[in-house]
Amino acid sequence: MAHVNNTYGTMAVKTGMLIIAAALLFAPFLFQDVRALEVAARICIFIVLVASYDLLIGYTGIVSFAHTMFFGFGSYGAAIALKQMGPGWDAVAIGTLAGILVSLVVATVIGLISLRVKAIFFAMITLAAASVVLVLASQLSHLTGGEDGITYRAPDLFKTANKLMVDDNGKVVRWFGVKLNGKLAAYYFVFFSSLALFLVMLRITVSPLGTVLKAIRENESRAEAIGYRVVAYRTFVFCLSAVAASVAGSIYAIWLKYTGPDTALSFAIMIDILLMVVIGGMGTMWGAVIGAVLMVMAQYYLRDLMGAASEATANIPLLPELLAPDRWLFWLGIIFILLVYFFPRGIAGTVMTKGARK
Amino acid sequence: MSGHRLLASWPGIHSKATLFMPQPSLSTNDLTIRFGGHVAVNQVTCAFHPGETTVIVGPNGAGKTTYFNLMSGQLPASSGSVHKGEVDITNMSPSARAAHGIGRAFQLTNLFPQLSVLENIRLAVQARAGAGWGLFRPAAKLTELTAKAETYLEAAQLTDKAFMPASALPHGDQRKLEVALLMAMEPDIYMFDEPTAGMSLDQAPAVLELIAKIKADPTKTVLLVEHKMDVVRALADRIIVLHNGELLADGAPDAVMASQIVRDVYLGTATEETA
Repeated sequence: MAHVNNTYGTMAVKTGMLIIAAALLFAPFLFQDVRALEVAARICIFIVLVASYDLLIGYTGIVSFAHTMFFGFGSYGAAIALKQMGPGWDAVAIGTLAGILVSLVVATVIGLISLRVKAIFFAMITLAAASVVLVLASQLSHLTGGEDGITYRAPDLFKTANKLMVDDNGKVVRWFGVKLNGKLAAYYFVFFSSLALFLVMLRITVSPLGTVLKAIRENESRAEAIGYRVVAYRTFVFCLSAVAASVAGSIYAIWLKYTGPDTALSFAIMIDILLMVVIGGMGTMWGAVIGAVLMVMAQYYLRDLMGAASEATANIPLLPELLAPDRWLFWLGIIFILLVYFFPRGIAGTVMTKGARK
Repeated sequence: MSGHRLLASWPGIHSKATLFMPQPSLSTNDLTIRFGGHVAVNQVTCAFHPGETTVIVGPNGAGKTTYFNLMSGQLPASSGSVHKGEVDITNMSPSARAAHGIGRAFQLTNLFPQLSVLENIRLAVQARAGAGWGLFRPAAKLTELTAKAETYLEAAQLTDKAFMPASALPHGDQRKLEVALLMAMEPDIYMFDEPTAGMSLDQAPAVLELIAKIKADPTKTVLLVEHKMDVVRALADRIIVLHNGELLADGAPDAVMASQIVRDVYLGTATEETA
């Protein structure tokens, strides 16, 4: 079919997607250390988080600063339930559902009262709501653990000591040198839940609803004029992305076995999400994947890389100073500026449109 | 003037052209909007009927587009009412009015620029089919909707440009798409606001043919704001004249165009504009 989207650029992006998906699927076998698995799980979670945010900002054109708030509802829901009820699947289910419910209610209220007004006003409302929730989380310390957060145990299946398969001597079986233990189960729980959420969102973007969302982004008044209730659609997508963020939060809470303001609610996470969306490309689900992978990798490995670079250039004047690991944020900033300059529509967005040019 | 209005509220009596017409499909009663002290549309009472093409004329600033916006819901009325058939739609949102069968095209090209031509039309088709809330089936696989969208593409002679983004179309094709979008909504009431604005002479007939096709259907009501006299002559069954927000004349094309009042209005503003 003579479709504009089937171009070399799109092919390149999709190939990249396959490589990333394969790397994440086999991560425990490919990168056999604890930190790498930590990074892989974080990437999975952030892909969902960024993709759900992209439904808002990239597809519908809604700017919200409350996305971490919904992430936090999910995280704290699971965390509090696991802490209070003990490590069981009932706690996971109740905590996750509670997070979803709170997210839905808050998103509906914010959406209905403020999505019909100007975008800037809506953004401010979400900022205010997120601040209130952050303060609440640190103040209600008997429930949330305050600034220290909560540590708890995940269901037994995910305990590192849990043996999924044992050999004749009662020792845990290894596949390609990887122990088949609870940690592995936990990672695949994170991976497949994230994958399912991502695929659902991907499906939505190409559905009739997805087209309506794009229409609202492109021309709100015309979308209304041809018969779409813009406020209803906006509120709906706001709720949808809130639920996705909330579920991602619950999964992350189960993986980390710790939930605190820094891992679930802080504005630093909101800024990370924004950066990931911009780096990857707004208005394309692939952008969320690329943005999350690059940003999380940079956060974990840029310092190591710079340490190595600093040592390698030890004999050259000035360079080792510039490349010192402490300056990693400076270099992250420079990389970000370069990315925005060379990929104005994000990496995925720019590459796909490059290929589409005739 | 008040006598005229009293009569005008009786459908079919206020002009020869509308005598013995069926129930109006769209009517406005004392419709008014004020912007601060300025009354842009002033107590306009008028009824439109199926099978009738009404052209609204008047000098710039007469309130033609504002009158349109009041009927299709882009602006809220300060007073007065709008009825679609028997239904009072005065306080409805534009989307609710669209659901009641009012289709509105815009004077300035008003499309979804980054979406493809086909997607633009499919949006209107799927709004009409009430399929906008479909979540999980890919839009491209909703074959009936796509097939329907393709017939409108063909009617507008845009089939070969189906996958171009709307913003990449030349101006004339964008105007055609604007009309096709309206047709895809399958409304009862078609409202065109200067459909050939900015089109070259050789492109305009394509749009006019589309409108003529709609006009041929006796169940459809067509409203048209237009300046070009040849277009007015070709399409109008009835002409109403707005001036300073008031309904000045209403009747058969020949009678209205020949009337002194219309000449005064147009000549008056013509000198103002050149001054």
